Amino acid sequence: MPISKSEVKYTADLARIKLNDEELEILAIQLQKIVDFIDKLKALDISGIEPTSHVLPLHNVFRQDELTPSLKTEDTLKNAPSKEGNFFKVPKVID
Amino acid sequence: MLETVIGLEVHVQLKTKTKAFCGCSTEFGRLPNSQVCPVCLGFPGSLPVLNKTVLEYGIKVGVALNCKIPEYTKFDRKNYFYPDLPKNYQISQYDQPLAQSGYLDIAIENGTKRITIKRVHLEEDAGKLIHEGTDSSASYVDYNRAGIPLLEIVSEPELNSPDEAYQYLTTLKSIIRYLDVSDCDMEKGSLRCDANISLRPCGEKKLGVKTELKNMNSFKAVKSGLEYEIKRQLAILEAGGKVTQQTLLWDEKKQKTAVMRSKEEAHDYRYFPEPDLVPFIFKSADIKIIKETIPELPQEKLLRFVKEFSLAPYEANILTSDKSLADFFEKCSRGYKNYKNLSNWIIGAFLSEINNRSIEPKDIPITPEKFTLLLNLADTGKINSLTAKTVLSEMFETQKSPDLIISEKNLSQISDSGELEQIITQIINVNEKSVTDYKNGKANALMFLIGQAMKQTKGKANPNMVTEMLKERIKNA
Repeated sequence: MPISKSEVKYTADLARIKLNDEELEILAIQLQKIVDFIDKLKALDISGIEPTSHVLPLHNVFRQDELTPSLKTEDTLKNAPSKEGNFFKVPKVID
Repeated sequence: MLETVIGLEVHVQLKTKTKAFCGCSTEFGRLPNSQVCPVCLGFPGSLPVLNKTVLEYGIKVGVALNCKIPEYTKFDRKNYFYPDLPKNYQISQYDQPLAQSGYLDIAIENGTKRITIKRVHLEEDAGKLIHEGTDSSASYVDYNRAGIPLLEIVSEPELNSPDEAYQYLTTLKSIIRYLDVSDCDMEKGSLRCDANISLRPCGEKKLGVKTELKNMNSFKAVKSGLEYEIKRQLAILEAGGKVTQQTLLWDEKKQKTAVMRSKEEAHDYRYFPEPDLVPFIFKSADIKIIKETIPELPQEKLLRFVKEFSLAPYEANILTSDKSLADFFEKCSRGYKNYKNLSNWIIGAFLSEINNRSIEPKDIPITPEKFTLLLNLADTGKINSLTAKTVLSEMFETQKSPDLIISEKNLSQISDSGELEQIITQIINVNEKSVTDYKNGKANALMFLIGQAMKQTKGKANPNMVTEMLKERIKNA
């Protein structure tokens, strides 16, 4: 089933990306091509192969529960588009 | 007949010194945005590294809840946009949680009930949003909490009443506090609980349409929130209607629920494996080492207390509900062998001192030695039990030894018959009416006279002697 414009829109909404109708159309085609490409994997016999989440031969990397210095609050807030006192300021998220 | 079906999702904050993936402090109540760094703020190029203690604490809880600990576990990203989430994803665990398929036995009216634990997984907490500020069109964000380790514990929908849900929560809390991995304080937010609730005809296997209940900020609120929601669903179903699947917020002040806006509800988290963290593999030997650090848990301790100290299960239940309290009892029991009396005192006067003063049992300010000395002084008649309670209160206040308090405040019991004789004469003289009443068969009148004697001596008179002497005097008068 080809990817529909509404699926692209749904995905874009989840990612907070605004797209116009033309862009939705183009992206639907492009995404379809990507999915088709990945579908090539279906031709492979993967029975008996565990799903891979990590490719590096590394595991159990830890840090100890020891304090390291935090940032100074003025540095933390330095690049914030909006701030007040010690807080980051954002558009109100409840009514 | 309809049956209530409840499943609980509990989040507990693990009390590590530092956050889950960076070395920022987890201390509560510090200045906003003073405990943050590039990792927990999600700055580009920063990389998380798992705090070893977080994993150990998680496994401890999993083992204590009788879960299977798979050999392999990994972290995933849960993606959503909300200003309290600095990275726009939360590091969590999706398809390979730390622990699964366990159980928790809870006490119910006629025995115990086994509740299945579906899964236990690790994740990071989000920041805190404050909506009341100088600018009413803004929300304010403090990321100090972002990245604090959480353990999510999910039960199967096997709880059949708000009481069972309450019991499940308190049992879970007590186990986790025994493990000393979280404070589990709902008011402070170190334990949070969401509930799924549905109703179905008794005997029906299929679950009814559920609602999700959030924002219950105390154990009591969980109970009242669930009770309210059950009534609401029942009214809908009895009127022939259908329950709508939705998320509801409990309003503790108004004692009712409100629908959460659908915008916050879009549950499409697009989980994928967290590429910045490596997977974790345990050998059974690793698990064994952690298992050995697990102390005797409340249920085992309860059974042992019943057996070892011949206590009633309800007494043992109170004493073992908190590890520090149980430890205090046990320490006292080494020097004081009347266990029944010890238990009565701890459950009674001792616990009310603790509760009245809002002291955590772990901060008990008096030593077992001083406490058992007090009981011995009462047992030998040096003070009466009323005075003993006053002395106990004073001990909590000043941490002084009971014998010192007794001598300083001149609280020794008056058992000298000469001294008591004088007091009784005086009381008989000024309370002629009560004396007559008692002679005419009013038993209460004697209680009044004893009370007067106790009052006269500021509670120090030996009450048994006073009673006997009064009876004797009135009989011979």
